[in-house]
Amino acid sequence: MKQSTSPPGDPLSVSRRSFLKNLGTTAAAGAVSAAEGIAQESARAGAEAVQGPDAVPITLRVNGETRPLTLEPRVTLLDALRDHAGLTGAKEVCDRGTCGACTVLLDGEPVYACMMLAIQAQGREITTVEGLARNGNLTALQEAFVDKDASMCGYCTPGFVMSLTALLRRNPHPTPADIHHACAGNLCRCGTQPRIVQAALQASGVEVLSRTEVISYAHLA
Amino acid sequence: MPTWPEKRSVLGRRVRRADGPLKVTGAAKYTSDVQPAGCLYGMILRSKWPAARVTEIDLSEAARSPGIKAAILVRDGERRVRYYGEELAAVAGTTKQACLDALRKIAVRAQRLPFVVKETDGIKPDAPRVWEEAPNLSKPQVTERGQVEQAFAEADVVVEGTYSTQIEIHHCLESHGNAAVWNGDELTVWSSTQGVFSVREGLAGNLGVDQSKVRVISEFMGGGFGSKFGPGVEGAIVARLAKEANAPVKLMLSRFEESLAVGNRPSSIQKVRLGATRAGKLVAYELDSYGTAGVGSGAATEGGGGGAEFPAPYIYAIPNTRVQHRGVALNAGAARAFRAPGHPQASFGIESILDELAVKLGLDPVELRLLNDPSEIRQREYRLGRDRFGWREKYRSPGSSPGPVKVGVGCAGATWGGGGGGTRAQAQINPDGSVEIRCGTQDLGTGTRTVMAMVAAEVFGLPPEAIRARLGDTAYPPSGGSGGSTTAASVSPAVYDACEKALTELKQRTGLEDVRGENWKPACRKLGLEPLVVSGQWQKGLSSSGVGGVQFAEVEVDIETGLVRVRKITCVQDCGLIVSRLTCESQVNGGIIMGIGYALYEDRVMDAGTGVVLNPNLETYKLPGIADIPEIDVVLVDMPERGVIGIGEPVTIPTASAIANAVANALGVRISSLPITPDKVLAALGQVKEVTA
Repeated sequence: MKQSTSPPGDPLSVSRRSFLKNLGTTAAAGAVSAAEGIAQESARAGAEAVQGPDAVPITLRVNGETRPLTLEPRVTLLDALRDHAGLTGAKEVCDRGTCGACTVLLDGEPVYACMMLAIQAQGREITTVEGLARNGNLTALQEAFVDKDASMCGYCTPGFVMSLTALLRRNPHPTPADIHHACAGNLCRCGTQPRIVQAALQASGVEVLSRTEVISYAHLA
Repeated sequence: MPTWPEKRSVLGRRVRRADGPLKVTGAAKYTSDVQPAGCLYGMILRSKWPAARVTEIDLSEAARSPGIKAAILVRDGERRVRYYGEELAAVAGTTKQACLDALRKIAVRAQRLPFVVKETDGIKPDAPRVWEEAPNLSKPQVTERGQVEQAFAEADVVVEGTYSTQIEIHHCLESHGNAAVWNGDELTVWSSTQGVFSVREGLAGNLGVDQSKVRVISEFMGGGFGSKFGPGVEGAIVARLAKEANAPVKLMLSRFEESLAVGNRPSSIQKVRLGATRAGKLVAYELDSYGTAGVGSGAATEGGGGGAEFPAPYIYAIPNTRVQHRGVALNAGAARAFRAPGHPQASFGIESILDELAVKLGLDPVELRLLNDPSEIRQREYRLGRDRFGWREKYRSPGSSPGPVKVGVGCAGATWGGGGGGTRAQAQINPDGSVEIRCGTQDLGTGTRTVMAMVAAEVFGLPPEAIRARLGDTAYPPSGGSGGSTTAASVSPAVYDACEKALTELKQRTGLEDVRGENWKPACRKLGLEPLVVSGQWQKGLSSSGVGGVQFAEVEVDIETGLVRVRKITCVQDCGLIVSRLTCESQVNGGIIMGIGYALYEDRVMDAGTGVVLNPNLETYKLPGIADIPEIDVVLVDMPERGVIGIGEPVTIPTASAIANAVANALGVRISSLPITPDKVLAALGQVKEVTA
């Protein structure tokens, strides 16, 4: 059975997720010992100090900086970033893991910041849309978004940019189908999707020409 | 009358969106991002009953809840609520979590009342009344032209059908909301709005303060689509909370609230009859339609649709017509303007029955339209689009597509106004040559900033990125709300006028004849210490209204799953003088994609038993996703001699009609209610006697 690696006296290092994961491991270890294992795990978790409901000090690593914050354990990572850390690039649209506007990278993987608690993100490297451009220089993807006009109102844009940043890092030459898959969890209401695909392709080195034409009325028969 | 320059070097070009870099880096600050020092959060308690008499709301425990700085009633005294989600009370607190806790502590005493949430139930004479003083179904609004019955009697062929469209919710990604800061008796409000001046007017009226004491700012806003013109109940609430708490308050609605209370596109149930000659010339048309604008229909709208009416027979010239509209009040959130109000509904009814007529007469649907559409612009667009789309090769008789995945094509046309007016702008030329253009308009994502910069750049002979366009603030010269596709046609002439006058004045003040382009900076240096500030206004001659557009759709329908996939949309659309080509193209894409959502996915579902919205979120209210987007082929028809005309709305109108016609063409059976979901496809196929597979 996997043992908790948390040092004694550090109550924050057992997240709900790892607790549940450990429970799962325990249960899979064998039907006979499962109940006993769960009981042991529960007892250990119960022995940890209960977090909250009042605000607790936490530390997040965001865009390479250490951010000490004080917030209630029930605060989501999204609210922590937006309301407590002043990083408003990630947006709240659905607040329930549907639209992707709150997408940030957690150790390089795109996640919905509205779907996890800030305390769970401790010890992880968080990247938000504000952390992509270096010294005012946009990334190739961001440049392509501007070139191809892949944003309209712009509210979904940070989420798409983060999903595609993660895609391009693991797959520098995606197909349109790869791009669709990477953005399957992002919604746009203005209708920028065709140009988001074009921007992602351009950022991967594929030049995409717009087929839109302007034809003079006089030339229409 | 002023005119646009014959030779244009900036206008009509693909110029990068002025605020693109801010949007891709997260630097663009929307209302939801604004965080004035000491800002509290606001939240609203809403009715959980679709109809009730509320006798008492006790705020005392909520007011004492930790972190709560203000708790208010939306309305004093006993009151009725008429829909699930109507505003009752509000709190402001130091965190969102504190507000959530406090809302749970508000005690509401209410007596449930009978309610009705479905159109077909609401029209029954014994249905519970939404508005006590009047029946739910309004008196009919009837317009009649010619000799309808005689024309039907003489028609060679008559087709009939009932077509219905659903309630569509705007679902702007940035929710409705405001941040309010009082400074003495002056109020500053950041608002996610389509009209900074209309929000100011609404708030000042609501709060009983002078308009001069209210400033509204909307530098960036995350979509409106017609639902964000006024401050809304939530706007008045946040101003009151801020006053009560004596601190800034920000109140953004949740996605749940967006689904209930801040607008939708009214539904329609259209009974249509169409008569024609054997050759396909339309001679008679009759419409009997009703729809709901929720609580927006009813007592206040006696004799009409209360927002549910629409133009009929839309774009077609038919000599004998009888049109009847009624509205039915329901216990549901009120409708608001929604991208081309009325037109998608109008288009769906008439374009559907036109294709039924084409089938009956054995005519090509494009030919039938060419025979009956009086617009010369659309005639030309149909001919061009037909070739570009490959209509002749793709069109086959309904239901004749082989195999389990059936392919079909359809087409539809549309019209819209899009003219301008009522806008002032200011150009400031600084001694260092930098330029600021100010206008109290707003950028909904349509590219208004870019349009302003491009117009100024054209006049001054400068690159567009040299122009700083400032908007979204009532401190700037007034402009109207961004609705009716009027923004580009209102703002461009005003900016042009200001810049032309500024150019003339710069020449006068410097004594130089040519100040444009490379002469710009040296000329501006001669201004010394005093910047040039020149005002301009919208002028006749630089804009006009009235556009025509046509769209073609190719779809495939899997008859085993009922799933419809759009393969391709071809759009041919005129919009006068193209100002900003790149953002214009984006708007066309956007309109089409919204039309795809209307055609296939979007539908607010009410529960007749409980009166609640069953899909108040984005996993059950379906928007088109990135993999649902077809190939979109756009042709912009350039008519510079007409000046600037808006394009945001016309492009969303015919999409759903063209798709529905394509589905009917694929299957040989029509799904006559939107959205065309798999269950409807499978049900319709059950009526087909023979399915080739």
